[in-house]
Order: sequence, then C-alpha cells, then structure tokens
Amino acid sequence: MHEMGIANSVLEAVRTEMGLHPGTYPCKVGVRLGEMAAIDQDALRFCFEAIIHETDLEKLELAIEVCPRRHRCQLCGREFMVRDYDSRCPQCASLDTTCISGDELELAYLEVEEYGSSTVGAKSS
Amino acid sequence: MDRVPLERKVLSENDRIAAELRARFREHGVLCLNIISSPGSGKTSLLERTLEALPPGDRVAVLTGDIQTENDANRLKRFHFPVKQITTGGTCHLDARMIERHLADWPLENLDLLLIENVGNLVCPSSYDLGEAAKIVVLSVTEGEDKPLKYPSIFFKSDLLVLSKIDLLPYVPFDIEEAAENARKVHPGMEIVKVSCLHRNGLHDWMMWLAERRTAYKPLVQQTAS
Repeated sequence: MHEMGIANSVLEAVRTEMGLHPGTYPCKVGVRLGEMAAIDQDALRFCFEAIIHETDLEKLELAIEVCPRRHRCQLCGREFMVRDYDSRCPQCASLDTTCISGDELELAYLEVEEYGSSTVGAKSS
Repeated sequence: MDRVPLERKVLSENDRIAAELRARFREHGVLCLNIISSPGSGKTSLLERTLEALPPGDRVAVLTGDIQTENDANRLKRFHFPVKQITTGGTCHLDARMIERHLADWPLENLDLLLIENVGNLVCPSSYDLGEAAKIVVLSVTEGEDKPLKYPSIFFKSDLLVLSKIDLLPYVPFDIEEAAENARKVHPGMEIVKVSCLHRNGLHDWMMWLAERRTAYKPLVQQTAS
C-alpha cells in the first residue's frame, strides 16, 4: 500500500508544473501505469481524491492509462503483447524476447484551462 | 483547454536521488544489492549466513530496513561488519532518500559491497529504485508456489530468486519446480538458488552468485575510472 505516496508525488508534480502556466488552473492529469508496476488503480484513485478533497485542486481529474506488458523478439523483431505470462514470440517461437513496456509509472500530461473561460470548474482565486 | 505534455516518471525525485547514489556506487566500486521479500521469508537469516561466510575485514556493509525496532541490526552486528538499521516509522518500503541519509557518515571508499535488506513487503519496494545494481527476491517454501504470478512486479525486476527454508520441504505442500517455473514465466531466464539458512544447505550457490557479481562489477568500475 504505497499508493498514497504515489498520489502525493502526482500532486506535487501538478503543483510544480502549474508554476509554469500562470493564469490557468489544472483540470486533468494523465498518468500511465504499467500492468507490472505494482500499483492498484482503485487505491491510487481513492488516495488521490482524499488528498485533493477540500483543497484548491478539488476538481482535478485523474486519468489513468493502463499499459499492458509488451515484448520485442530479439530474433525476428516482432513486437507483441504478453498474455498469461507467455513471453514466447508468437511469430518465430523464440524465448529470447525483451520487455519494452508494462513497467510504467509515468506522468503523461496535464490539461489546463484559463481562468475566466466558460468551462465548469473555473475558480475565482 | 491546453494539454501540456509531462512525460516523466511519477517518482522522478526518488529516481533522481537513486541515479546519484548509483553514480557514487559506481565511482567507488561498491556493488549495491537490494534484497526484498515478504516479512519472515528469511532475509535477515540469509544475511547472517552471508556475513558469517565472508572473511573478516571484507569491505562489506549492511543497511537493514524495518518499520520499527533495531532487532535486525542487532542480529547482524555480531559479525563485526558495519550495520545500520533504518526504521521507517510506518512506511512500507525503503526509498532512495533514506539510503542517501543513512550513508552520509559511511565513507564509500571503504566498501566493495553494500547489502540492503528492504522492509518485509513483496509489493511496494519494487517501485522504489535505491540505486542498486540488482534486486534480489527471497521466497520461502511456506509461502506458496504461485507467489511469482500473484506478485509479478518484484519477480520481474529481480535478477535472482532465493528460494529459502528448503529444509521445510518435507513438511509443506510446496512444489519447488512449479515455483521456479512460475518465476521464469514472469521473468524468463531468472537465476534461482535454493537455500536452507537453518541447515546451511545451498549457501554455496548463493555465495558463488554473490562472488561472481562482485567480480563482474569490478571491470566496469575500471572502465569508468579510465
């Protein structure tokens, strides 16, 4: 259960980034989670909502993109999704394949809106 | 509405400190290993047998993490190598800043090997880079052979699986071959050693793995230094 720390890191990154965008407020932060990253999505959402509750970022949405485990065959170069831990190349059956994604714990993007625009959620502060 | 690309790790601050630690370990030729398992799998016992087998004066030190108590450090200090306890006070894993802080008064030039015993937890430590050269996962035979499938992240990221407490195999329904097979499903080519710290079986394989890693680490240091 380290999702609270992860949620805090996401929020810190948002606050740091917002310093670069004066006159705007953040609406949505996009996070990429690999299926091998050992992060529970629901727990992360729960923690994130708990730490933004009754703060100036209360309306900030957390968008989670889950990245499946993908491997590349060292022999034939085929890239494929690993299902049920079967990392054998579906094209040439080689076992010499390397992981190219599925371990992500990354900040992807931040959506910001200018104060005074018509979108619901704008704050006067 | 503007979308600003962020494109960085969520734990970028931890990763930054870990990268600095890794560079310092590399500079001083210190092989750092991060040992991870569930509570009670035998990390401390493995370290006891390891320190016991190393020659006196070997340039080895241990950082051992727990939520509370100095018990593990006290167990390990008997072998007369530098040992320091990290008590996290509730946090379920070690992070790079804790390592940096606890190394502050340890001159790395006096070390060749730093063994880090993480907090007992098969999940969270896998997300936190400590600047180690390799992670090692310990799984005891009382835990069930499907643990690699249930907790894939740590098996995926570890170079070595130490199957511990093999002296209990006659008494528990644990299929050691299936456990190895499951680990290699998650991490093809994973190296595996089987040990009993109680009866001192299989420790030769573990010590050989360690010795090979230590030898292999040295040329890299010389290359960086030249």
